[in-house]
Amino acid sequence: MIDNHIVATVLVHLFTALAQLLLPKKTVPQMILSIAGCLLSFLLALALFMKVYSGGILTMNAANWDAPFGIVFVADLFSSTMVLLTSVAALAVSIFSAVGVGRARMLFGYFPIFHFLIMGLNGAFLTGDIFNLYVWFEVVIISSFVLLTLGGRIPQLEGAVKYMAMNILASMFFLTGIGILYGITGSLNMADLSLKIAQVEDRSVVNLTAIFFLVGFGIKSAVFPLYFWLPSSYHTPPSAVAAVFGGLLTKLGLYALFRCFTLLFVPDDFAQTVFIIIACATILTGAFGALIRTNIRRVLSYLIVCHIGFVVGGLGLCSKTALLGAVFYLIHDIIVKTNLFLIAGLIRQLRGTMNMGKLGGIYAEYPKISLLIAIVLFSLVGIPPLSGFWPKIYLIEAALMSKSYAFTASVILGSFITLFVVAKLWSEVFWKDAVVDEVIVDNFKPLKTGRKFLMILPIGILASTSLFIGLNAEFIIQVADRIANEMIDTTPYTSAVLGNK
Amino acid sequence: MELLLVFLIGALYASGVYLILRRSMVRLLLGIILLGNGTNILIFLLGTITKGKPPVMAANLEVFEDIYADPIPQALILTAIVISFGLTSFAIVLLKRVYALLGTDDLDTLNTPQEEDI
Amino acid sequence: MKSPILQSASRYLLPILLLFSVFLLLRGHYYPGGGFVGGLVAAIAFVLHSFAFGTAESMKMLKYKPSAIIPVGLIVAAIAMFLPVLFGLPVMTGLWIEEPIPVVGMIGSALLFDIGVYLVVIGVVLTILFTISLETH
Repeated sequence: MIDNHIVATVLVHLFTALAQLLLPKKTVPQMILSIAGCLLSFLLALALFMKVYSGGILTMNAANWDAPFGIVFVADLFSSTMVLLTSVAALAVSIFSAVGVGRARMLFGYFPIFHFLIMGLNGAFLTGDIFNLYVWFEVVIISSFVLLTLGGRIPQLEGAVKYMAMNILASMFFLTGIGILYGITGSLNMADLSLKIAQVEDRSVVNLTAIFFLVGFGIKSAVFPLYFWLPSSYHTPPSAVAAVFGGLLTKLGLYALFRCFTLLFVPDDFAQTVFIIIACATILTGAFGALIRTNIRRVLSYLIVCHIGFVVGGLGLCSKTALLGAVFYLIHDIIVKTNLFLIAGLIRQLRGTMNMGKLGGIYAEYPKISLLIAIVLFSLVGIPPLSGFWPKIYLIEAALMSKSYAFTASVILGSFITLFVVAKLWSEVFWKDAVVDEVIVDNFKPLKTGRKFLMILPIGILASTSLFIGLNAEFIIQVADRIANEMIDTTPYTSAVLGNK
Repeated sequence: MELLLVFLIGALYASGVYLILRRSMVRLLLGIILLGNGTNILIFLLGTITKGKPPVMAANLEVFEDIYADPIPQALILTAIVISFGLTSFAIVLLKRVYALLGTDDLDTLNTPQEEDI
Repeated sequence: MKSPILQSASRYLLPILLLFSVFLLLRGHYYPGGGFVGGLVAAIAFVLHSFAFGTAESMKMLKYKPSAIIPVGLIVAAIAMFLPVLFGLPVMTGLWIEEPIPVVGMIGSALLFDIGVYLVVIGVVLTILFTISLETH
């Protein structure tokens, strides 16, 4: 069936970026185009999600070449959910960018590159071809390089060097994996690969290839021994950029990890143990890193690492409940992490610094904004009934069922440390009296009401999405449950892509 | 031919990894380039090397009669080369900026503390 | 470093290389060639010119900034990609006109896409090389 709806979000972002490139010096029309494009792509993503939710997996053969030979785009529930979440986050960030990004950066082409980044993310979620996934990854990486270095301050460039080196290395691993995979199976279509890999007799070659993919995606999704580039680069760019990075880029790595290790390589006992160990170490190192930092964005960077451990652990347990919990956590995490980096930007606007020691007294001055932020912080920690609570229940339940006590302990410890860090953040930044001998640079008060609104609105949108996820947990669990089913039984996916042969 | 390529890939990977592990930024860049070339040749090698015609059939034929060369590895390599061209040139510009601002080539010095850092 | 031999040679090589790049662009669908290679050859023509006369001179000759050509090429390629959607076909499907045109041969949306790639490659390569070489001086 021909259904161009699948790539509609990709096309919308492409054409938005192109239209913006035609208006190089006009920042206000670019801004309006950006918000309009994100809104349109959000609506299209919502429609796609509804279509997939009610009608099952959709596929589209690009250029009309049949499935195992051409590039196929697939929208199953997992990818359409990711596209929907990306669109929500992109909408919020694009509204925030209108105020939160400096004019100099906009003149340099912030908006088109932002749209290319989102286009790359959407494409990566929707593609059903492993090499095409690599190409989308590169689209994302190149755009993220430019976004990271826009402005060119020294710390930004230093962060960018580390980010660049590690990410190019990750791409090399990924590409090497693809090369070997093509050598042993002669196919690049993921559905076709999943059938052909199962027939390969020499399992050691398959496992070796799996290691290439694990390392490649592991670097991108920042798991334990490979995460150190993340905290040393994510605190440098403007907050709007950091929000996209923190909320979406690492999750792309996780998405690819899930796709590969449920569809292509089904983890055996040894691989599961490896995943669990990686997950525990990621949770603990991330949590301890977050404890000792005082810059808000550095704390958040370590919390990203910590919470990636939860999702990887879910993949490692590989039972249905665990996958459900991991997917739910992924859904919750994208929204909350994007929002937290936007909040860090807002705090910087309010006080001119992000050092917790120098902040304080925001609650006294801006009680309403603080309460909005409190909702986000609570859902990050997972106070019931907010969104972070439900997936953890499932993860712990799954861990106990498969008698993986180390992971259970890590999840609980990681959650407690997150709670402690968030409580510290709340009391230092919001409750504590303003530090007396610090000069407060409030860049927020002099803003016009419209611009103030543009800054608060995205945080409000994402916070209400978090609330929706938390309060409507039954629906989200249903979605996550179906995604977990799709992961365990991949026949619907393969038969949808290859046709019932 | 295959054996030669295997040794070439090994040499490229080994020297690439060695260069990446150095502290100099220029060596890091060279290492990345070598690794990229090694990967491309690996894809070329694993796509089975055959001397054959391009797999384009004449309109009046039903099946392809000659031996054809698999075009996919070449398409993959071409794409990978284009991408690594973009990445490398970006990396060169970036490293040059860093060098111009900091005046050093040493990766260990890339930790300028910020006011709001620590 | 301005060698008169290189200067006079590049004056003749520039149009020949540009012509050759168009040749590569047009034969690209069935034979080796195509937008990417053609674009590279065209870019090399300008790079050769900049070796002979200096980067500043080449930029003066081009009149426009090479980066201005990138969005044009992207839009041409994107249109070629999007065109089949209007005919109810999947994105990127090749559309072909019925009768071949003399000299050029069959024309389809693939050629439009290749022209887009050609322009983008010229723009990107020249932008990068000019940026790098200007920063050195």
